[in-house]
Amino acid sequence: MKIHEYQAKDLLRAAGVPVLAGRVARTADEAAAAFAALGTPVCAVKAQIHAGGRGKGQVTGSTQRGVELARSADDAARIARGLLGKSLVTVQTGPAGQTVRQVFVESGCRIARELYCAVLVDRRVGSPVLIASTAGGVDIEEVAAKTPEAILSEPFDADRGLAGYQARLLAAKLGLPTASWRAAEQFFGSLTRAFVRLDASLLEINPLVLTEDGALVALDAKMTFDDNALFRHKDVVALRDEAEEEPAEIRAAAAGLSYVKLDGTIGCLVNGAGLAMSTMDLVKLHGGAPANFLDVGGGADVKAVTEAFRIILSDPAVKAVLVNIFGGIMRCTTIATALVEASKTVGFTVPLVVRLEGTEVEEGRRILAESGTTIISATGLTDAAKKVVAAASRA
Amino acid sequence: MSILVNRDTRVICQGITGRVGEFHTRGCLEYGTRMVGGVTPGKGGEEVAGLPVFDTVAEAVDSTGANATMIFVPPPFAADAILEAVGAGIELVIAITEGIPVLDMARVLPVVKASQSRLVGPNCPGVITPGQCKIGIMPGYIHTPGHVGVMSRSGTLTYEAVWQLTSLGHGQSSCVGLGGDPLVGSSFIDILALFEADPDTHAILMIGEIGGSAEEEAAEFVRHHVTKPVAAFIAGRTAPPGKRMGHAGAIISGGKGTATAKLEALRAAGIEVADSPADMGEAVVRAMARGGRR
Repeated sequence: MKIHEYQAKDLLRAAGVPVLAGRVARTADEAAAAFAALGTPVCAVKAQIHAGGRGKGQVTGSTQRGVELARSADDAARIARGLLGKSLVTVQTGPAGQTVRQVFVESGCRIARELYCAVLVDRRVGSPVLIASTAGGVDIEEVAAKTPEAILSEPFDADRGLAGYQARLLAAKLGLPTASWRAAEQFFGSLTRAFVRLDASLLEINPLVLTEDGALVALDAKMTFDDNALFRHKDVVALRDEAEEEPAEIRAAAAGLSYVKLDGTIGCLVNGAGLAMSTMDLVKLHGGAPANFLDVGGGADVKAVTEAFRIILSDPAVKAVLVNIFGGIMRCTTIATALVEASKTVGFTVPLVVRLEGTEVEEGRRILAESGTTIISATGLTDAAKKVVAAASRA
Repeated sequence: MSILVNRDTRVICQGITGRVGEFHTRGCLEYGTRMVGGVTPGKGGEEVAGLPVFDTVAEAVDSTGANATMIFVPPPFAADAILEAVGAGIELVIAITEGIPVLDMARVLPVVKASQSRLVGPNCPGVITPGQCKIGIMPGYIHTPGHVGVMSRSGTLTYEAVWQLTSLGHGQSSCVGLGGDPLVGSSFIDILALFEADPDTHAILMIGEIGGSAEEEAAEFVRHHVTKPVAAFIAGRTAPPGKRMGHAGAIISGGKGTATAKLEALRAAGIEVADSPADMGEAVVRAMARGGRR
């Protein structure tokens, strides 16, 4: 689960991580009032969307950037007006961009150096790790690709936390003046504690700023949470902004389905994540483009599968649907019954190719045949892919 | 021969009194697995599927001599269940549970590493040695005894591969589901080492997916330490970056964990790659036709 920058900063402030004063605004007037209330000569007005690259991002059809500096309340209102209700396109949003519904007005600071740091779980080491780099403010993926040695890394135990010496070691390697080492211990210590306490999956500070008076400040904050741990963080769940999420993905999650929207024309309904990914790959391999990833899971019932069909068919781009089931715990009869049920209640407006294999497959095929539902049967993976691609291109 | 489990493996189920735990305990019993009991705190003395239920794993081990466990305990308590099994000295701990917080696993893994226990999973279908022992949720009937070792990060995709192998007349020595989470107890490398040492395994099929770098590390291991033919498939070539594809571990983040990078590493190590999921079984046949790696 993702949250906005201003929400992440609230959490960090409460955890003792130094952040600048700021206020969220949903209208131009609120932005002007925020500027006045903060009382600093310069403020940053920052678009709040669940995507990175906002600073370099641009509002569709204007020269408005996602982050700009304001030197007066009027200035702040003007920038807010240029962002609110508009679509901001960044490297992470795709060409359609994402609608800005709120801006964060944040007081400025005197920057001496811009650094980078992040906390995440290192799969190879099997523990959380604090990484840092002197290349702040720039695309860290580029740094990682071009100069991996420029990225410093300190793994730490979730319960013991980051040791003071590890923070000093990083401070030394980052070239921070010794006068700022106490600040580094405080900053990195509270940041890593917040990561563990909140069950975050990523906590990225880019840039992390060394101010002219030697303090460390989180100038930006990106925070995502481990979905599997949300059951023990009701306060975090309360920060969810569903307006930022794909409606079909929210709907699928409510039905216990795993769904990701893609931009192709072939809807996919599969059981199991690995098989669902492979089915997308298979469609692509045979010249089609998948419209979605959808895993109905192993324990899905007729109701969940019917909802899965509804979600897939509600995407107007879908020209054909491929059902690929390898019945293990999931019985082919369950899928067949759900298919018949869905054809009655949802109505199939596009061709449907079905490939069933595994537990109770004969009985499942019989249910489909006897129902009179119009489907295209496939005998294997390749056959299924060819048939669905052909059906989609005819439509 | 086989790896990890055989007809002598004595298995308990943690979470046996739950609906899913009971269902799969019965499935394993039907397959012929030597299920010897179950554990649910507070339900000791009860009986499920004709098996005795114990309050603690330690008691279950004392009474039954169990040396393996399969865990169906719900996510909030699953990490504790793994620790309990390790504490009781169980040799093989197979965690089926999906949805365990990743930091819980970060706390568990060092304890497992410092013990004599081996952990497989979590979020995995389990381990099967066809015709001898099934521990987990896979449909037993698709498997057939033979000489191909299968290991995978995915469930249904493994069934698909096993089905293809069986249809081509190639049975399996053992099949191991490693799990779809970012942090799991056993890696491809751990299982590759076991298959390499098992005289009954003549070829190995590795089924990976996007996210992390386990496949790249496995490719490097194969290059230096595996003499048997290896084939592989990677799921998720069309997956967009930054999106979790069902499995918590199946996500391309920061440009890392792409299928392209994994496929390159596999090919560079001389592994026979299946480009289509329909080609996994045939890829094993091709790898065997090419013969041993040295």
